Amino acid sequence: MSAPILEVRDLKTHFFTRAGVVKAVDGVSFSVGPGEIVGLVGESGSGKSVTGFSLMGLVDPPGRIVSGSIRLDGEELIGLSWNQFRALRGSRIAMVFQDPMATLNPVLTIGTQMRLAISAHDKTSRRAADARAAEVLTRVGIPEAQSRLGAYPHEFSGGMRQRVAIAIALLHGSQVLIADEPTTALDVSIQAQILTEMRDLAAETGTALVWISHDLATVSTLASRLLVMYAGRIVEQGPVATVLRDPRHPYTAGLLRSLPATAKPGEDLFQIPGSTPSLLDPPPGCPFRPRCQHASEACTTDPPLEVSGERGVRCFHPLRQTVSA
Amino acid sequence: MSALGDTGDGSLHPQGFVHVRDAHKHFGPQLTLGDRIAAKLGANVETRSVRAVDGVSLDIVRGETLGLVGESGCGKSTLGRMIAGILTPSSGSVAVDGAPVMADGKKIDTRVQMIFQDPFASLDPRMRIGDIIAEGPLAHGLTSKAEQAAYVAGYLERAGLDASLVRRFPHQFSGGQRQRIAIARALAMQPEVLVCDEPVASLDVSIQAQIINLFLALQRDLGLTLIFISHDLSVVRHLSDRVAVMYLGRIVEEGPAELVYTAPAHPYTKGLLASVPRLVLDETELVTLEAIEGEIPSPLSPPAGCNFNPRCPLAETRCVRDDPELRLVRPGHLAACHFAE
Repeated sequence: MSAPILEVRDLKTHFFTRAGVVKAVDGVSFSVGPGEIVGLVGESGSGKSVTGFSLMGLVDPPGRIVSGSIRLDGEELIGLSWNQFRALRGSRIAMVFQDPMATLNPVLTIGTQMRLAISAHDKTSRRAADARAAEVLTRVGIPEAQSRLGAYPHEFSGGMRQRVAIAIALLHGSQVLIADEPTTALDVSIQAQILTEMRDLAAETGTALVWISHDLATVSTLASRLLVMYAGRIVEQGPVATVLRDPRHPYTAGLLRSLPATAKPGEDLFQIPGSTPSLLDPPPGCPFRPRCQHASEACTTDPPLEVSGERGVRCFHPLRQTVSA
Repeated sequence: MSALGDTGDGSLHPQGFVHVRDAHKHFGPQLTLGDRIAAKLGANVETRSVRAVDGVSLDIVRGETLGLVGESGCGKSTLGRMIAGILTPSSGSVAVDGAPVMADGKKIDTRVQMIFQDPFASLDPRMRIGDIIAEGPLAHGLTSKAEQAAYVAGYLERAGLDASLVRRFPHQFSGGQRQRIAIARALAMQPEVLVCDEPVASLDVSIQAQIINLFLALQRDLGLTLIFISHDLSVVRHLSDRVAVMYLGRIVEEGPAELVYTAPAHPYTKGLLASVPRLVLDETELVTLEAIEGEIPSPLSPPAGCNFNPRCPLAETRCVRDDPELRLVRPGHLAACHFAE
């Protein structure tokens, strides 16, 4: 792998609420190379979205990045002023959100919004901006893009709106694109179109893609590397197919076994008992301990992320490698 | 599972328990007199209606689980609501055990109950959960004020919740627990038919498994007839005996779950199944998702002929001209395609 374009080290984003400190992201480290697609997977409350927001410098009070380092192409992002970050956002690092209706301004045409996004970082003529907007829209699969510039978001379908949101994120050829559940609200047939396009895009433009999702299957068709988050930490990481075939962390294994797709129709699914823990003053030790059938005395202390080669697991009792059939 | 066979007249289950006959639901614009006059004078007034459900017939056997799948806007929720007696069909009928579910725009059969997708919206935030569950049974005389506590406790436990929680409010529960409350509320009406509209779609994977297992237990223990509506094909396959696939207000394929998934007869079903991402366990495999081309047309102006023809890889002139009937392609398996065999 070439030098990483995005390097995150021991990122901690905490929320200082009246009830106490919520450690939404608590020591996350990973890196992404140019053109690489990394899947960041977890359930609600695992900290995957807050990680995305932290990378974009979009954590609002009472939240704060407490410590850690985020390097974009070698440049440290933590500690940048709002204006310095603003110059990066949308030009070198961009984000696509789950709900395109909430991302797009309903009272402005697509063309106006795209021109605004272009002029935020570049001085161009209106004509040149329109041409660039149309070109990027075409690239994300919007037919007759030139003539759609005058349309309002409500005139587009959900899938087309999400394509527009992706196009805006791509306008300045960002080095890193963070996508937070961008296909969750879409129908499967539209999702399939967008997944294929995103993969081609990353390969063609060299944009690094951080794909945040709760859906292991989607991530496995798209990403090359998988990061599994639980309670604010990465509990397992590695090449996506390897991790899914041979999960080491009991949480990853439980998640896989609880999918209907991995069970025989009509049979009871494997259940991970309990529910995700509150991140408000969590007890010390492994946060998965209360739900884990392998938990022991050792688990009352914090397991470190044991990395060997491409794989890493944060567990004192990692599952042993299964003999592949 | 039920014995299936061709009865000759195209209807599969004369012995069915839930009967839907040529049900239509059209949502038209609410035109004022002024609009009507303007439209007559040639002004641009939208007079077309959305055919959310456009001629659906279904027979569901007692104790069977029918999965209803399709993408957004296909009419699966509208059909579910008609079966549950929440929406009146524009034409056609819905009957349970030979008796209509609705009369004069009112639901008259409490044997059909419904569970909704969003347990945050479907529970009254200002009612205690004990009252939420008891409200219906009290109104219909299924229990009395004196027996209410024990009655509610029984259904809470049936849904996997602790009966000591009756005095709590919905906001004190997580999403999965709220869905259990909604299930307890439906069960407390002693239904025979349960219409479940995306009941696990808003839940996390690990919680989803718990609720799916609860449905499996309800199937086994109570012999309920379930109509399970979902866009998630793997969840539907897991729970259903039979599956009906909807597209633009119609059923395009219907058959035993196993057959529909392994040998789909309609090109739309094939496309849908091919677009579902599956777990990739081999790093050398570059997965190509065979996406269906194009988008779902507006139900305001569905295409002529077969609804699916603009997106169909098999389409030819016949498909633009003739609307294919839902017909038997093999025992118990129906498809609405000229080419299905």
